[in-house]
Amino acid sequence: MPNAIPEDSVGIVEPQSARFDSPLELACGRTLDSYELIYETYGTLNAQRSNAVLICHALSGTHHAAGYHSVDDRKPGWWDAYIGPGKPIDTSRFYVVCLNNLGGCNGSTGPTSIDPKTGKIFGPDFPVMTVPDWVNSQARLADYLGIDVWAAVVGGSLGGMQALQWSISFPERMLHTVVIAAAPKLTAQNIAFNEVARQAIMSDPCFHNGRYADHNTLPRQGLALARMVGHITYLSEDSMGDKFGRDLRSDKINFGFDVEFQVESYLRYQGEMFSEAFDANTYLLMTKALDYFDPAAACNGNLAEVLKQAKSDYLLVSFSTDWRFAPARSEEIVNALTQAGRNVSYACIESPHGHDAFLIPNPRYQAVFSAYMNRIANGIEAGAL
Amino acid sequence: MSLNRPDLAIIQQWVKPNSRVLDLGCGEGELLNYLKTHKQTHGYGLEIDADKITACIAKGVNVIEQNLDDGLSNFQDQSYDLVVMTQALQALRRPDLMLEEMLRVGKECIVTFPNFAYWRCRLYLSLKGEMPVSKSLPHTWYNTPNIHLSTFRDFEQLCRSRNFHILDRAVGNSEHETHWATQIWPNLFGEVAIYRVSR
Repeated sequence: MPNAIPEDSVGIVEPQSARFDSPLELACGRTLDSYELIYETYGTLNAQRSNAVLICHALSGTHHAAGYHSVDDRKPGWWDAYIGPGKPIDTSRFYVVCLNNLGGCNGSTGPTSIDPKTGKIFGPDFPVMTVPDWVNSQARLADYLGIDVWAAVVGGSLGGMQALQWSISFPERMLHTVVIAAAPKLTAQNIAFNEVARQAIMSDPCFHNGRYADHNTLPRQGLALARMVGHITYLSEDSMGDKFGRDLRSDKINFGFDVEFQVESYLRYQGEMFSEAFDANTYLLMTKALDYFDPAAACNGNLAEVLKQAKSDYLLVSFSTDWRFAPARSEEIVNALTQAGRNVSYACIESPHGHDAFLIPNPRYQAVFSAYMNRIANGIEAGAL
Repeated sequence: MSLNRPDLAIIQQWVKPNSRVLDLGCGEGELLNYLKTHKQTHGYGLEIDADKITACIAKGVNVIEQNLDDGLSNFQDQSYDLVVMTQALQALRRPDLMLEEMLRVGKECIVTFPNFAYWRCRLYLSLKGEMPVSKSLPHTWYNTPNIHLSTFRDFEQLCRSRNFHILDRAVGNSEHETHWATQIWPNLFGEVAIYRVSR
């Protein structure tokens, strides 16, 4: 636990829940008749309701982006380094909203929720979600909160894809889009890694075709393995090398298959922690949403043509050692935006931390992000928006 | 808002209102910001320096992090009315190829560069026998980014050999020297060369 809540923290926060009873049509053709979204807010909505910022989370993210749920919390929310008073997303100026996406396992309706039609949990029967589905559900949350226009929609990785989709789906409902460490679509290699993760889960004997809850078990091994594979793609070769090198847990090799290298121990620990905290069906669903994301498909692969319908201004950020969504992937989006004539700025941040860099404090990343967000806040406070 | 650099003050006069402008090596976005306000242009700056990129973003100038030595292949043919490059041509690996690229992407281009045949440079080299160091060329030979120094005459020879059409020529002097001699004999009295070029 933090000895005291830091001054630049949003402090103790409490999740809230919103229930929606109008059916949501999904890309897969199915409909969710009713659902709940769990969310947190930080800062204060101004009288004009013009200072709201939506944060979209990544693969395993949650609604808990900043602050602490109690003084006993060991760690703050997942993006606490970037959300708080005086931080790039300055909660003394912005009203910040972050929700758990539909299909999640942290409080929003998802595979672990009860299906009202059967009275049993959805499990594998929960519909596969897409990024546009999420954006539609997020727009309903905006309605519920009385936010007609977001000052900005912001996200990293899969969250950045949602921000990009927002600017396409609801061009009138947002002024700025911040897309960090994202890609316009997955490559075959990206999909291949997701497929290995899915196979790891589905081949676990405890998976039971997704009905593990009926058998009072969890596919822990499979989910842990999926997370281990994923985790490797979040780090860079250098950051793993710096952190673990070839260090051994004991001082000699044992010519066996138990954990010997520190990196093995670390990955197993990460996998085990994750497999206790996350739902396997949600993981499958989230990786599918990633695989399916391809906004350019609507215009025969021409992203610039799709982005001509957008109206927002953009900030794109990538990280030098990110190989999951390398800088070149962000640059594809930047090029489409310049071709579409949209206002866009782009920075490629030097960082050793691979894809995970978008979560980690970095002076240049903070400077760029702050410069962009402060200009938005200045505009709002000058009444220009 | 005014432009402090004399070359920028001259360039802005050549920019038509509502142009689409690409500024290569845009620095802190001074020119683009001025053109956006006074000429209603739309465009982007390319820059590689981290602090300058942040300064552009803080001003609301569109800036894209890109190394000019990697070329402009991410920009389509004739997609801009004007491509500007101020005081950067001499720092590139292949200025000739960059000029070709600028005229592929833009209908016109404007370049400015330090004139190495400026009388002070000539005097410095001939009297001291050392590579000139001055306010517009502040580096020593071993750490200078200016690896392709040239003169008014050199540049015009290059344009002739590539069939580039010189639309305008001007002299930018740091001391705001407007001596008549700079117009008549720019290669000797012009400190900064400024050209507007098309195909």
